[in-house]
Amino acid sequence: MNGSTASLFRPRLARRRKIAGFWSAAFLATSCMGTLVLIILMYRVLSEGWSWLTTTFITNFPSVLFPEKAGIKSALYGSIWIISLTAFISIPLGVGAAIYLEEYAANNRLTRFIKLNIANLAGVPSIVYGILGLAIFVRTLALGRSVIAGALTLSLLILPVIVIASREALTAVPNSIRMAAFALGASRWQTIRAHILPAALPGILTGVILAISRAIGEAAPLLMIGALTYVAFVPEGLTDSFTALPMQIYDWVSRPQEQFHHLAAAGIIILLSILLFLNAIAVGLRTWQHRKRA
Amino acid sequence: MASNNQTSAEQSALFRVKSRHLTEHSIRILLWICAMTSVLTTAGIIFVLTSESFSFFREVSPMHFFLGTEWSPLLAPQSFGVLPLICGTMLVAGGALLVAIPIGLGSALYLSEYAPAAIRQLGKAVLDILAGVPTVVYGYFALTFITPCILKPLLPSTEVFNAASAALVVGVMIIPTVCSLCHDALQAVPNTLREAAFALSATKLEVSTGVVLPAALSGVGAAILLALARAIGETMAVALAAGMTPNLTLNPLQSIQTMTGYIVQVSLGDTPAGTIEYQTIFAVGLTLFAITLGINVFATRIIARFREVYE
Repeated sequence: MNGSTASLFRPRLARRRKIAGFWSAAFLATSCMGTLVLIILMYRVLSEGWSWLTTTFITNFPSVLFPEKAGIKSALYGSIWIISLTAFISIPLGVGAAIYLEEYAANNRLTRFIKLNIANLAGVPSIVYGILGLAIFVRTLALGRSVIAGALTLSLLILPVIVIASREALTAVPNSIRMAAFALGASRWQTIRAHILPAALPGILTGVILAISRAIGEAAPLLMIGALTYVAFVPEGLTDSFTALPMQIYDWVSRPQEQFHHLAAAGIIILLSILLFLNAIAVGLRTWQHRKRA
Repeated sequence: MASNNQTSAEQSALFRVKSRHLTEHSIRILLWICAMTSVLTTAGIIFVLTSESFSFFREVSPMHFFLGTEWSPLLAPQSFGVLPLICGTMLVAGGALLVAIPIGLGSALYLSEYAPAAIRQLGKAVLDILAGVPTVVYGYFALTFITPCILKPLLPSTEVFNAASAALVVGVMIIPTVCSLCHDALQAVPNTLREAAFALSATKLEVSTGVVLPAALSGVGAAILLALARAIGETMAVALAAGMTPNLTLNPLQSIQTMTGYIVQVSLGDTPAGTIEYQTIFAVGLTLFAITLGINVFATRIIARFREVYE
């Protein structure tokens, strides 16, 4: 009797702790994998592209015949055009939609439908937005393969990201601020403009920066809109055709010759530097905000 | 005089209140329009995809499209069986999950259950950077590094364009999705469960995988589904690394084509609108949209149910 209970209860703690130790090391190893890949990727890009990163690379137009003289001027200007327009279109629309949903809308069926719809839009593949842009902006509205068609498409693509981030920032503003403003006779819009928006601004900005970063790196929808990856001029108006940094990189990577891969690496260095800079600003804003709250 | 002054003051006050009401009202309408843009976008996507697909399916029977095993719409003799594209997509997405589930879930467990706060912050920052790397960069990495420097020396039969390299980078790409969503699910498990298990002298591993993970299982499942949807919709890396050959094969070392890769291929050539070749991108796009939307809706359902349990 006594012997059988003793055999039933065998903690074997030493063995279990050994297994646990092994697995904690394994979990640590898996979480290092991401960092490892990131380091290899950065190293690879830098070693392939660094020597090609010259001032002429920035000031020259792309060239199919002379890769050693090729540059990213048109892609850089194209990206600046597209991203400024995208920001100009998507930020007011996205923040406006978030304000409506958080501050105005009653919790009815339509509001719930809009919220669900935005969540679902965030999961739609970017290439589908490209198809939408091609059919609506390029063909139906006859904007052609232009800067404005590209910017409108990217705006629709990042709109859900901005709305979701802004809504989170607005919900984080304590309700007491609203109550206090209303008690002093402020109207809804006065409350929002003078109190809620300033309080939510860092959060909104973080979301906006991350959304814009996504737009900067996005190539698929622009390929559908732009198609033209060889552009040796700088866009001068909304209806000019364009290329952008990720499109130019795609074009260079897809060429079989080795030199173009070096050019692609140099382009990637510039693209990643811009994105890392923006990411650093977003992280800085976030920590500043946490510190302020604490 | 005095009464006259007062009325004008009253009038101007009344006017101010009225104009304030007008501003308030017009702002409300303006913001409502902003919110409706998203609904319009969805309507636009569905309308564009279905209307063009409708004309496509008048010429090609849906039976042939969904069950046909040969895809060659751009070359004569034309054939519109979408299965090779779906097979290629699933090959890449499945391979990506094989990479992303162990790494993503392992690092989520580490960050949530083991890591001190400072390491957790650092890990999240790395994940943010990894999530922010443009997909065209991953495509470059797959085509110029993973295939020639890793796969080719190990497996000499690897083709220049192959599904394996695309699956590897897409896997890396969706690690942040898997990890951060799994992390949220693990963090939502109440601490009392952990403390109860520790009190029964369970080891850290037994608490993490025997108590916390099962409690968070629905959230983990939803995370994997959302990552799968992202992998299926992934475009640039796949278009660069996986090739442009629609093959009905399960061999990851061969060149294949995915749905997204096909859409890019057509858009690079200047296919005139109205032709059957042009309409194929809408039919393929509709298939892609339906698959990813289905997975996303299913995943959000799971998350919604999961939240009810713990709040």
